[in-house]
Amino acid sequence: MFIPHTSTEEKEMLARIGVSSVRELLNIPQDLAYPHLDLPPALTEAQLTAHIKSLGALNKPVKNFIGAGCYEHFIPAAVNALSSRGEFLTAYTPYQAEASQGTLQTIYEFQSCICALTDMDVSNASHYDGATAMAEAVLACVRINGRQKVLISSALHPHYKEVLHTYLQHFPQVSVQQIPCQNGVADKQAVEKMLDEQTSCLVLANPNFYGQLEDAQTLGELAHAKGALFVYVFQAMSLGLLRTPGSYGADFAVGEGQAFGNAMHFGGPGLGLFACKDAYKRQMPGRIVGIAKDKDGKRAFVLTLQAREQHIRREKAASNICSNEALCALNAVIYLTLMGPQGLKETAELNVERAHQLADLVSKIDGFSLKFTGPFFNEFVLQCPVPAKKLVQKLAKKGFGVYALEEKELQNCLSLCATETKTEQDLQDLAQALRGI
Amino acid sequence: MQEILNTSALSIEKSCPGRRGVRVEKSLKPAEAYLPKDVLRPQAPKLPELSEFDTVRHFTALSEKNYCLDSRFYPLGSCTMKYNPKAYDAFTALDSFANVHPFTAEVCVQGTLKMMYDLQELLKAITGLAAFTLQPAAGAHGELTGIMTAKAYHAARKDKKRTEVIVPDTAHGTNPATANMGGFTVVNIKSGPDGCVDKEALSKALSERTAVVMLTVPNTVGLFEKDIVEIARMVHASGALLYMDGANFNALLGLAKPGDFGVDLLHFNLHKTFAAPHGGGGPGSGPVGAAAHVAPFLPKPIVTLKNGKYTLSGKMPKSLGRMKAFYGNIAVCLRGYAYLRQHDGNTLKNVAEKAILNANYIRASLKDKFPAFFDRTCMHECVLQTVPAQMNGVHTTDVAKRLLDYGFYAPTIYFPLIVPEALMIEPTETENKEMLDSFIAAMTRIYEEIQTQPETVKSAPHGQCVKRIDEVSAAREPNLRWK
Repeated sequence: MFIPHTSTEEKEMLARIGVSSVRELLNIPQDLAYPHLDLPPALTEAQLTAHIKSLGALNKPVKNFIGAGCYEHFIPAAVNALSSRGEFLTAYTPYQAEASQGTLQTIYEFQSCICALTDMDVSNASHYDGATAMAEAVLACVRINGRQKVLISSALHPHYKEVLHTYLQHFPQVSVQQIPCQNGVADKQAVEKMLDEQTSCLVLANPNFYGQLEDAQTLGELAHAKGALFVYVFQAMSLGLLRTPGSYGADFAVGEGQAFGNAMHFGGPGLGLFACKDAYKRQMPGRIVGIAKDKDGKRAFVLTLQAREQHIRREKAASNICSNEALCALNAVIYLTLMGPQGLKETAELNVERAHQLADLVSKIDGFSLKFTGPFFNEFVLQCPVPAKKLVQKLAKKGFGVYALEEKELQNCLSLCATETKTEQDLQDLAQALRGI
Repeated sequence: MQEILNTSALSIEKSCPGRRGVRVEKSLKPAEAYLPKDVLRPQAPKLPELSEFDTVRHFTALSEKNYCLDSRFYPLGSCTMKYNPKAYDAFTALDSFANVHPFTAEVCVQGTLKMMYDLQELLKAITGLAAFTLQPAAGAHGELTGIMTAKAYHAARKDKKRTEVIVPDTAHGTNPATANMGGFTVVNIKSGPDGCVDKEALSKALSERTAVVMLTVPNTVGLFEKDIVEIARMVHASGALLYMDGANFNALLGLAKPGDFGVDLLHFNLHKTFAAPHGGGGPGSGPVGAAAHVAPFLPKPIVTLKNGKYTLSGKMPKSLGRMKAFYGNIAVCLRGYAYLRQHDGNTLKNVAEKAILNANYIRASLKDKFPAFFDRTCMHECVLQTVPAQMNGVHTTDVAKRLLDYGFYAPTIYFPLIVPEALMIEPTETENKEMLDSFIAAMTRIYEEIQTQPETVKSAPHGQCVKRIDEVSAAREPNLRWK
């Protein structure tokens, strides 16, 4: 498949090489070569297309009210029309800068947009996803101050906690402690007690996994008062409207950027956003693009600060990361360019409104109530009168996607999200379905 | 001619206050009606203000400054720049796959789960390994997953003194970085004079401290490890695991199964061997496979089939944990799945054979001017050199830049590190003979230029939108964003 060689050409090529068959070129030991492969028959493109569509048809479309780290937003057609151009899609990593100015400039613009959104000094070219970006930020903190205790909010996304646990497995001296929550946000008194001179960093998600807004100002100040670094996990879309990690004094600002112009794709690829204060840029993992000049003095873009990276430093590198999520970052920068400051703000405002309208509707249903009372952005926790997992199954049958929280202390709780993709009628329909259960 | 249109202007420099791209539905009430004022940002972010048409023009113009596989040949060694079938673009755009939330009830996502399960099965079939995880987001992430799986395996056996990972000097740069990130000490071993692992050096390096031996097969000089079976036996006898970097698996499709030669762990790059596009640097996907005794330690979750239903809820009590949020780069997995379903054992074998044929054709055609470092047949890529005595002061990097002028991307250069002035060339099976002949002609022409007008080569490129870039100054005073 996709092989152009004719048998005549093959013969000419073999003659040039000086052998009579490809087998003579192999240096695989005889007893290992040409094993039997038990594979289904090869499909033609037409058969394959039908097959893929039939697989897709096994996915039942639902009206999605799940957020929880992956968000459904409208994607203007221009985003995919531009990013799917072969010039972007089929380009390699921009190692030969002179032939890759397009990709390099889009990454520079992406970095600039992320800095503008977060009020941070520098951003990298992107990371695998929000969870791995957060884990790498924590590793950077431990490298920077050499302290061995990491305080994390218990209201972090559970997958982020698990990934951090994985990434810290080989640092047995580093301990992770979870800050208890009160009314769905970090308990400030507990934070004060837990922070000490051994604390490397405080990791806070804002809004957190329950959608609640934290008192990031106070928590950041508490961390800094003990000389700890402040790692801020932001929700991308919220930054169209909400105060920024930089304004709260964050040292590292990380988050999942899929919300900007990327479809959900069952959770991947994501787009890890990673920004920090200027002082820490040489501890930042991943690619970074900078402006340079060519030999005529003309503006040009290059991968820079490469002395941090694996292909130069090998085992002494800041991280083993090699790729970034360039195409997802491209989607994001096109999306942000189309939206502009005003479009992004209006979209974020519509998210706030829809989520609050939904919260209002469903919390009025008998037996249902809001679990927490603080401000939230586009998702919230709903206390239900029946096991939430049963509700998930029943609502799935009615064509709605909702998510049951797994935490023990949040039994019978659903996490609900309403973005600008939901109409007021959609909200009514979900409320109606809940009433009928 | 003086430029009138500034073709390297940033979007922010084209920005005009008040200009709008897309129109968005307005909320009925302002945000202050729902949220306290002190959580709102006082100033909007400094994003560009362009119309939709401006935006389309801006990014289209940028795309035209890119070299890409759809238009030209990429002879990049170890990158497997093969054709990315257009049908797969359409598959990933299907709403039924793209618009699916990862926390949707499993009963509603059986199509995606079945695709993932079947991809796991197909990868098992072509490797002879016992299990696969689709979670890793890229090749290097797959390496890290593999190394941590090995760590969990040794820990479960209470074998705690295994703190070293052995890496040959021909390894990808990510291998030692990965080992370090996994908390291991890296032990480098030198290759033998034939470009393969020196068994004596390996034997000396192996000990009860060895956790993993990381081998790239075929290795980065384009050779199959001829003693792989014995190497695996040595590794296992010392109690360590054999990890195979599968970045070069395009050379082995249908020709050899890693499970047959004793590989315990392996990662693939779906964006190399399985035809997913590189996207200018990602997203990739790096599934990791494991032999039966190591499989329980892979990250969770893995898709299983239970009573006719596909599920992610299978128990994996020995798993190392989770490597990223959710389940993997599923859109990339869908492309890998599609590629495998378009092939059977015979056509996969043909992929590897033609990749090997193309690489040897280039090696044989250029050997008088750019000799191979190891003068023998190669697998899917060949490592050539510029020979300083014949180069008139021209270096490999100059040859690379000059190739751009002739309409070719540069090969991977100065890698592997053991080869001085290396040019690592991987044509892949999807390039036709005419393209290979053109590349050979360009390399020959450059060789002639080196003899007659070396300055032209040293100052290349001449035909790109920018000339040779001063990378050193960029790192000295970094400008990493607009202000």
